[in-house]
Order: sequence, then C-alpha cells, then structure tokens
Amino acid sequence: MSIDSVFVHKMWNDKELSKMVEGGVPFPMLSDAGGKVGSVYGVYDEDAGVETRGRFIIDPEGVVQGFEVLTPPVGRNVSESFRQIHAFQHVRNTKGAEATPSGWRPGKVTLKPGPDLVGKVWEVWKTDMAFD
Amino acid sequence: MGEEIKVGCARPTGGPVGETVKSEDNGSVSKEKKEVTSMIRIGKKVPDFSAPAYHQGKFVSVKLSEYLGKWVVLCFYPGDFTFV
Repeated sequence: MSIDSVFVHKMWNDKELSKMVEGGVPFPMLSDAGGKVGSVYGVYDEDAGVETRGRFIIDPEGVVQGFEVLTPPVGRNVSESFRQIHAFQHVRNTKGAEATPSGWRPGKVTLKPGPDLVGKVWEVWKTDMAFD
Repeated sequence: MGEEIKVGCARPTGGPVGETVKSEDNGSVSKEKKEVTSMIRIGKKVPDFSAPAYHQGKFVSVKLSEYLGKWVVLCFYPGDFTFV
C-alpha cells in the first residue's frame, strides 16, 4: 500500500516489477490516496506526504501479532518476516503451549513454559542458537 | 478477493471502514480522535479498511476484513518507482 494511484501501480508493475518477478506482483497493490489508511496505522508521514515502510503481521482473527516500521532509505528483510510468521503460526498451532526463543526457525527447539522450566532455560537453550 | 471496480476519470479512493466521520465543526474533538486512531497495538484487532488496488491486470476493491481466516502481511512503502 502506498499513496500512489492504481494507475501508477499498474505502470510500475507492468513496466518494472514484472521484469524482476515473473508474472508481476502476485498480491493486490493497494492505493491509499491522502494517506487515510496509513494515518490510522501510524505510518503516514504528513510532512513528506508519503507512507513509511510499515509491515504488519495480522493473524486469521484480524489481530496484529507484530509490526515493524522503517524510514524510507532502508529496505526490509523478507526472510525475517517469514521467520516471524512461521513462529506465530507454530505458537498458534500449539495453542500457546510452546514458545519460540530468539533465532527460532522451523525445526529448532521450542520452549514449553511452565513451572519446571523456571530457571532451567539455560539447560535447554544456548545463546549460540540465537545466531545460527 | 476483491470485486472489480469500474474506472472512470476520477481516481478511486478508499479509507478506514466503520468509522463515522464527523464534520469539522469542533476542532478539538477531531484532533483528539486523530490521536486515538493512530495507535496500533500488538495483540489487538487491526482497524478495517477498504482500498482500490491493482491486481493481476485488473482494478479491484479490497477490504481487509475479507481476509479473516487467513494470515495477512500488510506492507506500506513510500512510493512507486522509488528505489528501495
């Protein structure tokens, strides 16, 4: 979503983005003239008249599980967004019985919060695992 | 997915859904409202909106609440044809 019109979205997709991604952008490119939606989400920069780099992860109930907002010159890390979505989905599938520690990716150890784990996280999770 | 929209000369627009837009007869009220609406909280429901969109060769209208039941990534960015 940006403040550009759908006409500009079409040109950008057809003339440039479709040369980077085969078949063009697969998802809807939303137009937010005047930043009305961006204002509600807290990402509209009134001084510049544009929206900042906000990214919201919304679960199937319509609940925001996470967001990140960057200023324009720095791009996002898409892999990190996928990692977070996988983690939120895992937590949801276990109905909250498992939590995902720092650096978690699918297949890595999760934590099962409860009385037995208090003070014992150091036994099951090492700081190296945040970085590998 | 959203239904196709007819395109004329006017630029299609959208906006937040479910909010009553009050007239600007009271400046202090509208200012206060703005502060309230600009807060997104994790663990809380997102505000619904509808917006025109370009999708696979068509102009469509998209409403966020149509995606209930699915995971959604909503991305804002500064502008088309910018560099990052």
